[in-house]
Amino acid sequence: MTDTSQPQTNALIVLGCPEAPAQQALAFHVAYNLKKRGTDVLIAGNPSVLNLLKVSDPEKHYVTATMVLEKCIAEVVEKKRDCDLCVVFAHNDAAIAYAATMRYLLPERRLVVIIFGKDPGPLADEVNFPCEKIVDKAVHNPMQLRAKINEVFGWAVSRT
Amino acid sequence: MGCIENLKYEMILPLGASFKECREYAEKNFKEVWYVDPGYKLFDEYIIGLPPIALGIEDGKKIIFPYTKPCHGTYLLAVEDADEVERVRKTARKKK
Repeated sequence: MTDTSQPQTNALIVLGCPEAPAQQALAFHVAYNLKKRGTDVLIAGNPSVLNLLKVSDPEKHYVTATMVLEKCIAEVVEKKRDCDLCVVFAHNDAAIAYAATMRYLLPERRLVVIIFGKDPGPLADEVNFPCEKIVDKAVHNPMQLRAKINEVFGWAVSRT
Repeated sequence: MGCIENLKYEMILPLGASFKECREYAEKNFKEVWYVDPGYKLFDEYIIGLPPIALGIEDGKKIIFPYTKPCHGTYLLAVEDADEVERVRKTARKKK
């Protein structure tokens, strides 16, 4: 079991397609909580998902560093980028492929795959590589999935 | 699709195919199949997916490979390039 009491110093959050609104709220939630605990956070995604974050957080309170996903993958492959923790948000098959890629490229790092959407069960069944899975049905409402994320990371539950 | 979008490609399986479907299609429909791992460079792009990633070769000059985009899923594409075929044969693992 992973020791959640030791804060990671460097985290990479990989976002999938932004069509499920819960992803953006939870990306902010994870980034905020990691940052609050002293972790540097880089968020990678396609240009649309990064623009959604940038527009929502113009003063970069939550998201300080972003990178287009293809460039991020290239830097990890070329050993120019590493992290202690990688969190992948997945609500479709493509995102599972990205999570599997991160597992392969970062075999020793902590990998948390957050699997959500209308029917996350079959997607979760595709994840047969070593990682921590957080699975919940969430498209618009992030609350239940947020509670599960808090539990896995050992974060105190907010009452708001 | 970055550099691959600029290539003259044929779409074997359309967008929305699952990664597993693409692998099974390549394995079942091409006599020559090679395997690579995520991060393998093909046409100047790093290929992603669940390892092992199946590549098909047709007529010794066409490569069939999966290409994944976050919002669309995985496409199975075919691109004619004899030099890249030779590079795959030298650097990938052949299906036994």
